[in-house]
Amino acid sequence: MLDPEEVYIPLDRWIQVGIEWIADHFRPLFRSIRWPVDELLNVINGTLEAIPPLLLIALFGGLALWLAGKRTALFTVVSMLFILLLGIWLETLTTLSLIATAIVVCVIIGIPLGILCARSDRAWGIIRPVLDVMQTTPSFVYLIPVVMLFGVGTVPGAVAVIVVAVPPLIRFTNIGIRGVNEELIEAGIAFGATDRQLLWEIQLPQALPTILGGLNQTVLLAMVMSVIVAMIGAEGLGLVVLQGLGRLDVGRAAVGGIGIVLMAIILDRLTQAVAERDPRASSGKARIGAALSRLFGSGHRQAEGKLEASLDSKN
Amino acid sequence: MISQPKTDQTDRDISTVTDRIEIRDVYKIFGRRKEEALALVREGKGKSEILERTQAVVGVNNVSLSVPKGSISVIMGLSGSGKSTLARCVNRILEPDAGQILLDGEDYTKCSDARMREIRRRRISMVFQNFGLLPNQTVIDNVAFGLKLRKVPLAERHKKAGEMLETVGLSEWASHLPGELSGGMRQRVGLARALATEADVLIMDEAFSALDPLIRTEMQDELLRLQNTLHKTVLFITHDFQEALRLGTKIAVMADGAVIRDGTPQEIVIDPGHDYVAAFTRNVDRARLFDAASVMSEGPADAQGGRFVLNDAGEVAGWQAPNGEAMSDGYLAVRPETTLIEIAGAAARRRGPIAVVDAEGKFRGRITDEALLAGIAGAKETMKGSRTDA
Repeated sequence: MLDPEEVYIPLDRWIQVGIEWIADHFRPLFRSIRWPVDELLNVINGTLEAIPPLLLIALFGGLALWLAGKRTALFTVVSMLFILLLGIWLETLTTLSLIATAIVVCVIIGIPLGILCARSDRAWGIIRPVLDVMQTTPSFVYLIPVVMLFGVGTVPGAVAVIVVAVPPLIRFTNIGIRGVNEELIEAGIAFGATDRQLLWEIQLPQALPTILGGLNQTVLLAMVMSVIVAMIGAEGLGLVVLQGLGRLDVGRAAVGGIGIVLMAIILDRLTQAVAERDPRASSGKARIGAALSRLFGSGHRQAEGKLEASLDSKN
Repeated sequence: MISQPKTDQTDRDISTVTDRIEIRDVYKIFGRRKEEALALVREGKGKSEILERTQAVVGVNNVSLSVPKGSISVIMGLSGSGKSTLARCVNRILEPDAGQILLDGEDYTKCSDARMREIRRRRISMVFQNFGLLPNQTVIDNVAFGLKLRKVPLAERHKKAGEMLETVGLSEWASHLPGELSGGMRQRVGLARALATEADVLIMDEAFSALDPLIRTEMQDELLRLQNTLHKTVLFITHDFQEALRLGTKIAVMADGAVIRDGTPQEIVIDPGHDYVAAFTRNVDRARLFDAASVMSEGPADAQGGRFVLNDAGEVAGWQAPNGEAMSDGYLAVRPETTLIEIAGAAARRRGPIAVVDAEGKFRGRITDEALLAGIAGAKETMKGSRTDA
């Protein structure tokens, strides 16, 4: 009989060996993946730290005012001032850089993959179960392979954040594009759109609200994961919490936690505001179009006026 | 299969072709086992049997139709009859599974993607049931959509789109979003968009079906008005028989994917030829559909001994009653295209014999009271099917 205490399939060993083998043989590959993430992170972090804190707060306040209105702007400014006064400003900037880096990479990977999934049932058939597995796997499970493949520190942390945060963006892009009104697609084809025109003129603009909804999910997941990756040595607010826990310093841990919550709320409100904006206000093209048509309309009237004037003078 | 030569397309004398679009033996099957289903449908097997044996649905079953230049050809059928599927085969949004479709004699069912895009951009455009307008683009950008796909520069395409908006009477709304317009206005935008590409063929798929009855009538008038000046070749899809009668120069009635009756509105009303078609024609207002020419009898004399007196030019000089009394007026003169309801109205105000006179004033025939009443009541043996375009 099978002994419940005994291991018959040493899957853990195989995975261990497999990952080690991959780490040994593909080191240059992982190094090259690491490089752009590292660069991006440094650029963003360097920029944020170079801006005087009060100016940065003002910039965020302005952004919030433009995107989401007075209340969110007020909340943003007060929260960030509070964070500054709590003495966790630099940690917050690091977390922000981590998230920003992850978002950029997620957009670069996630949206094209989502488009691919929407256009090909076969691609979706392959990617969908992968996403299912990725999204049900507890996020700290990713930490071990990431450490083995990328080492420890903030950059591997960013990689782990990307892996966790990208699935919703792929899903929402896919759903958004598949959900575009069939008649609009037909209209595109009927007027002679190429595949590329169909994508850029119809599918992406129509799917944009859904894609931005996915982006909001991605931002929140990145926020959560940016805290967890403190366990593999990523710096930022997560590290503040982790250090507080390690030293049984409840106060320090709580301060880190407050910083995380405030940042999460700010990022959520801002990205949601982007997703929910009035389509006319968000479409610069439409505004230019409207302006041009007004220009044309008035030009037309002027021409007519001249014609009438010349007819009058003849009479 | 006749394959069209790819060369010398431009040298071909198309003036002799009167059919702009010709649909030849077209089939469309939905499902995986198309070949099998196609073989079965060609053997004459029924739709349900094919569905059972191959899980394939026959969308269009051996349809041949010609769409003459500059006319409105209507495809009429209830939902599921395959009319919209057929329309989508014509611009190949759906690929026909067999048969040919010719545009000015060129079979484009097997042409390259690039050629097909060219046809869609310049020759065949489409108007959709639910308008198919981009909700986040202004009205003028929507109208310019086809031109944008053709990479016409912004200024030029807005100029063209502006003209088209003027044609449909929506210049004031250029910078609004479609969502701010009523249904009828949105469909005018849809129509302007289709006209902006200067395509000579318009596919209108249930274009007015989503509109309120009053607006629908208004849009039908608008289409007829535009057609008077533009002379497009229109393929109009509808489930509304009244609409078909109102708009169509020719009507094809579809059921279960096949055309079961086609002809002019009058021909179909006089002789439905099919119980299914008869169900539609039963409630037709004949008095508005038929004209003087369809109930007219030849010759100036009637059976009672009365006769129209004609002068040398063939014009009516007067009327001689059976008792020999002659009068220079006291009769009615109508044009061949005058509808029966108008004639009946005139006859009710002023009793008297009715002469049919053409635009030059020449006598063409006479209408007896019996023929007029029979025409309105729909007694078919007294009627001729042709609509006279004198």
